[in-house]
Amino acid sequence: MARFQRKGKGGMPAISTASLPDIVFMLLFFFMVSTTLRETSLMVKSSLPEATEVAKLEKKSLVSYIYVGPPIKSMQTLYGTEPRIQLNDSFKTLDDIRDFISSERDAMSESDRPLLTTSLKVDEETRMGIVTDIKQELRKASALKINYAARRVEKK
Amino acid sequence: MPRPVPEINASSMADIAFLLLIFFLMTTTMNVDTGLARMLPPMPDPNVKQDDVEVKKRNIFTVLINKSDKLLVRGEPMDLSMLKDKTKEFVMNPNNDPNLADQNEKEIPMIGMYKVSEGVVSLQNDRGTSYEMYMKVQNELVAAYNELREDLSRSMFGKSYDKLSKEEQEAIGKAIPSRISEAEPKNVGGK
Repeated sequence: MARFQRKGKGGMPAISTASLPDIVFMLLFFFMVSTTLRETSLMVKSSLPEATEVAKLEKKSLVSYIYVGPPIKSMQTLYGTEPRIQLNDSFKTLDDIRDFISSERDAMSESDRPLLTTSLKVDEETRMGIVTDIKQELRKASALKINYAARRVEKK
Repeated sequence: MPRPVPEINASSMADIAFLLLIFFLMTTTMNVDTGLARMLPPMPDPNVKQDDVEVKKRNIFTVLINKSDKLLVRGEPMDLSMLKDKTKEFVMNPNNDPNLADQNEKEIPMIGMYKVSEGVVSLQNDRGTSYEMYMKVQNELVAAYNELREDLSRSMFGKSYDKLSKEEQEAIGKAIPSRISEAEPKNVGGK
């Protein structure tokens, strides 16, 4: 089978692809390490409001999330279109927030507990009533560090 | 003599690796969570009798947002675009206006004597206010404080606030404390 030998003059020498797997593996490992798989599946629509003065949330392990917004399309037959609160993977009511915060606290190490930050991911079309109620609940649970999640936009 | 081991064809290795690579590329979310950090005031203890802290009227900058997302700042309607400049003017009070925030001279490490503003921004909203508007107002108020800090940092240290050391940032924070209070909710205007 000498068909593939170089015919005549000129012609490009074949580029060796032997190192291609190495390169691909390198990329693969990079993405494997940097990936954070989504832990909770969102059941509410939350398109965050825009803000210019946002700060980064450091240390994901210290943050617990509260999602608020109208349920997504597939949930609307069951739960309607009024904004609801989602904690972890299910819809909850205001009274569950205190339990949620204390269970989040228990999951943390003793020294990290005062640093617990609650990130409020609220849909921009929500009315403030429910947000105010959540804030009151958080104050009762003395989880005072909060963060209003927002998308960063550039200053005009 | 041992039999020669047949060589395994490794050319499909790249395909497998690509497959995995594409899977991780698709599932990756590298978004960093960003937002406005705030502290809530602690819940007042019901057993302890409340003695109302008297804050002079000139030191309060009330911002009200009603349920149709209109602003009322110190009793006057205002557009959102004016809020930042008005807040800055209120906090710094450059012309010593007796209606704007009082100032109190204090010794601050690394800066020296500095007139610290006594002004408090009090933000109140209705239950019917939209979250979008609320965040816009919060953003403007934070922006006002950030700009004041930036100005002071430039005049004191000749550098941008972000580039200062931790101690310097703390000193600036003491000179211009960010006092945005989210008042106790009041139920007005219904749903």
